[in-house]
Amino acid sequence: MLLVSPSTYIAGVAFLWLMGFMFTDILEQYSKAAQAESPASIFFSVYFLPVIFMVPLLTMKCLAEERRLGTIETLLTTPVTTTEVVLGKYGAAYLLYLTFWGSTSGLFYILKRFAGDARLLDPGPILGGYLFIAVSGLFFVAIGVFASSLSRNQAVAGILCSTILIAIIFGGKYLGSAAWLDREALAPIKAAVDYAQISQHFQDFTRGVVDTRELLFYVSGTVLALIFSILSVEAKLLHS
Amino acid sequence: MPEIPQKPAIEVSHLVKTYAGVIAVNDISFSVPRGEIIGFLGPNGAGKSTTMRILTGYLPATSGHVSICGFPVALDPDAVKRRVGYMPENNPLPEEMRVSEYLYFRGRLKEVPRRKLGSRIDEVLELCDLKRVRHRIIGKLSKGYRQRVGIAESVLAEPPVIIMDEPTIGLDPHQILIVRDLIASLRGRMTVLISSHILPEIEMTCDRVLIINQGRIVAQGTPAELRHEVLGQSAYEIEAAGPLGSLPFILGSIDPGLSVASEGPADEHGFRTIKLKTLNDEDAGEAILRACLSEGLRVRALSRAQPTLEDVFLAATRRSWDAVAEDPKAAGGP
Repeated sequence: MLLVSPSTYIAGVAFLWLMGFMFTDILEQYSKAAQAESPASIFFSVYFLPVIFMVPLLTMKCLAEERRLGTIETLLTTPVTTTEVVLGKYGAAYLLYLTFWGSTSGLFYILKRFAGDARLLDPGPILGGYLFIAVSGLFFVAIGVFASSLSRNQAVAGILCSTILIAIIFGGKYLGSAAWLDREALAPIKAAVDYAQISQHFQDFTRGVVDTRELLFYVSGTVLALIFSILSVEAKLLHS
Repeated sequence: MPEIPQKPAIEVSHLVKTYAGVIAVNDISFSVPRGEIIGFLGPNGAGKSTTMRILTGYLPATSGHVSICGFPVALDPDAVKRRVGYMPENNPLPEEMRVSEYLYFRGRLKEVPRRKLGSRIDEVLELCDLKRVRHRIIGKLSKGYRQRVGIAESVLAEPPVIIMDEPTIGLDPHQILIVRDLIASLRGRMTVLISSHILPEIEMTCDRVLIINQGRIVAQGTPAELRHEVLGQSAYEIEAAGPLGSLPFILGSIDPGLSVASEGPADEHGFRTIKLKTLNDEDAGEAILRACLSEGLRVRALSRAQPTLEDVFLAATRRSWDAVAEDPKAAGGP
């Protein structure tokens, strides 16, 4: 379904256009003056921008459209279970997400071909960056699928997904630096918020520190979001 | 050698479904033997679509027992879904896929083996006359083609039971004919449950008819049985002129129950249209004609008015469920 719908390709084109533009901008900054970090670090540090617009575009249709058109009825009267449907939609969206990000490696390849300077291509941040994208992508796409299962309307699902993603990515940063959380009594909450800091995870991954606790955060978040999606689809059937 | 009796294709007993205080299906029971084509009639909101959804395992019932080919729907939904082909109301289809892609997708979902799928798709496209549009995007098809895609998809995996909710809605008479022949061709091989508002269609295609109203079955049987049970009488129409005063006498001599229901005004030749009614089911046309002619009446036309299924439907659904529930009580009471 994803491969036949136009919105997938629009998402892909918009994403690559944006990332290409950012990459060019980074290289221009480099040509003006030497920078402290490698291009890859700066490139991946704006990961949230494409995530916030691309993940909703890829996932908003998956369950919301099926419910609106009524095709969920024909889908669920086959030997396929609701779990298989949700996991199938999730898997397709995730693979596409990885494919789009993977195609940005073309940008690095172009840089390698045309720039003589080997210092520009530091493999550490590049691999760390892609690993972070792959792991955090598990969680973000699952949130997208969950948001889609909550509504019949694609637009509502898309905006809900964007909102949740912004809340997680930036809300965490905001809460982490909030003064009112520094109190003794709220220490466990502060610890939890510090653990869930996505920007911190990003820093760690690009520096090459792959912490299994952080991996666990994403994997468990994914599993939770998918379980909620499955329950949401079934609940809407029971209470229709 | 006696045949081992097969389990009925669909067996429903004391099915109840309530939604938030509204009782959509109120204790219905029926059984459909294999190979039969059965029609489901009822006004809008009577509970037809709800019943069909419960049969396919899409909705859970509130209470009661449903089994398809012997498999209980609540306990073994997977086995039931493998044996049912379903076409929901409004025939939902993904707008962006092509017809052949969609049929391939549905075939794989229903676990039709890949090797067989290609040829099966070709067969089904041929059956539903979709060969010309096999590469067209579904969103761009006209209503008739879309209905045929829906029907094609429901017969694709050759399931023993096919359930179709209003398959001929919105089709033009040619297309209705094609669909009617298609459904009739499935008789014997597959059991088909169709719901429709197009009463002549149901009358022509179905072996038996179930009439549902307000969640209860108000009538069931073959169209002929229903006509007799619900309307309970035969009617004749005769155009005659002459001494009509002796008509009741004449009629009484043929059949004591035969009487004049109404008499129309005389036209310029003196002929009136007279409607007769009787509780007797046997054909009295010849007797009436002979008796009238022997008495000196001039008869121009005689016909037996066949009540259509529409009359049956209107009569049956006007009766509330009270009338149906009373009869067994009266029969079995102390």
